Amino acid sequence: MAPPVISVRQLRKQYGTTIAVADVSLEVFEGEIFGLIGPNGAGKTTTMECVEGLRTPDGGSITVLGLDPHRDATALRQRIGVQHQDAHLQKRIKVWEALDLWATLYERTVDGVDLLARLGLSDKRDAKFMTLSGGQKQRLFVALALIHDPDVVFLDELTTGLDPQARRAIWELILGIRARGKTVFLTTHLMEEAERLCDRVAIIEHGTVIEMGTPRQLVARHCPERRVVFSSDDHNLATRLIDIPTLRLTSSDGVTHMLSGEGDAFVTDVIQAIARHDIRVRDFRTELPTLEDVFLKLTGHGIRD
Amino acid sequence: MLKGFWKLTWVELKIFVREPLGLAGTLAAPLLLFVLFSRLMKGDADAASATATSTTNAAAPFNVAILAALLIAINAVMSLIAIMAIYREGGILKRLRATPLSPLTILSAHVVVKLVLTVLSLMLLIGAGKRLFPGAMTVPFVSFAAAVLLGSLSILSLGFLIASMVPTSRFAQPIGAVVLYPMVALSGLFFPLRDLPTWLQVVASALPTTHAVALLQGVWDGSGWQAHASDVVALALIFAVCSALATRWFRWE
Repeated sequence: MAPPVISVRQLRKQYGTTIAVADVSLEVFEGEIFGLIGPNGAGKTTTMECVEGLRTPDGGSITVLGLDPHRDATALRQRIGVQHQDAHLQKRIKVWEALDLWATLYERTVDGVDLLARLGLSDKRDAKFMTLSGGQKQRLFVALALIHDPDVVFLDELTTGLDPQARRAIWELILGIRARGKTVFLTTHLMEEAERLCDRVAIIEHGTVIEMGTPRQLVARHCPERRVVFSSDDHNLATRLIDIPTLRLTSSDGVTHMLSGEGDAFVTDVIQAIARHDIRVRDFRTELPTLEDVFLKLTGHGIRD
Repeated sequence: MLKGFWKLTWVELKIFVREPLGLAGTLAAPLLLFVLFSRLMKGDADAASATATSTTNAAAPFNVAILAALLIAINAVMSLIAIMAIYREGGILKRLRATPLSPLTILSAHVVVKLVLTVLSLMLLIGAGKRLFPGAMTVPFVSFAAAVLLGSLSILSLGFLIASMVPTSRFAQPIGAVVLYPMVALSGLFFPLRDLPTWLQVVASALPTTHAVALLQGVWDGSGWQAHASDVVALALIFAVCSALATRWFRWE
């Protein structure tokens, strides 16, 4: 396997007596979208800023593209694109001016006009930063992070505070970045976002990585239960469905029935049982656990608590 | 990085011009003050010469011009400090930090913007001075302008140092005022420094305003740059030390 693009070993960072990052180790490989997920204050941003070279770690080691983010800061900045949480530009700078300024700072750049078009900002070229909507600002920051065709793109809470529509548009953009062969390292506290975008995620809490893997792996590992919910007017269901081998739990209000079980075979077992007993159902759906459930299980609390 | 420096300077200049009252406040305010003061003092001088004391007329534009130049420089420093604080608070500096721009480049771009505005203000003032005091304007303009620029640069570098460190814009204005206004008061423009207690004289001699005023007075009355070599050296030294400390202590956020 190719060496990782980002490698973090036992990172530690504290501010005064507050430990922001206690122990973070992770590896990000070329061409993947890697998500650092966890609640606010878990140490996501601090970890990311250490990796970007904006903060000096108190312990551990970091390499990005084979470079030390601190010692080789100048070389690294040419090859990474960065978007910060709550970032701002000069209120009265125009979109094209910002892009033009950024373009002069780097050795290699892509076509700014084309980039704006790709991000749907063409008609905002002459707009001042202060007049842009939240989503437009974020798209501009994505443009600034991409203007020098970086190998690695860092996105910190990119969609926080955006409406669902703007969020979806940004997701498409991020998938587009990966499609062009870039590596993306992002942080989010939105589990849906992590599930939709990330090839792999690390769950971080109290400055420590507590779990890592693909969203599917994590769900399979920690929340293997499946749930089937269906409606039926058939009255003596319970006795006929009891023979499903993987069934663990049922509940029913007489019309809507909920069956729980474990493993990938469970849904098929239920469907076959319903067919076998010729039960008429009006409605049928499966509920799969999500990263949100994994998070809840691992930490004992919801991500927004 | 020179390309980035000029581009940033140009963009910052454009942004400043877009600021409501930015240009008007920077250029028109000192001009209005100058014209107002000059008229008042001219009136005094005319009254005085009517009662046969004659030299005040020539002296009238002298101090006013230097005061105006000093105020322009102070104005520039205040606005530099405010802008840096706003950029820091708003996370703009943090965003710039992730680019190849260095703190020195960012500060320099803002200083150049301020110097350009200083030169423009100065040209307006000289134009106004020529109209108001046709006879009195026999000073070497280029030399005077050069002295103002050197003085401004030195005063600005002190602003640099403050601007590098102030955390928020709420702090910036009062800190600027607390440091800068006494500097103007102690510059020797309003009263001779030898009347001050020794320790205040020492303080005054460490301030760029004092040397700027001495140099400007020297250029104005014709004693020239050589006679004020020590002031020139002091201004350059203050600039060098403050700039070095400012880039060292520069706070991005």
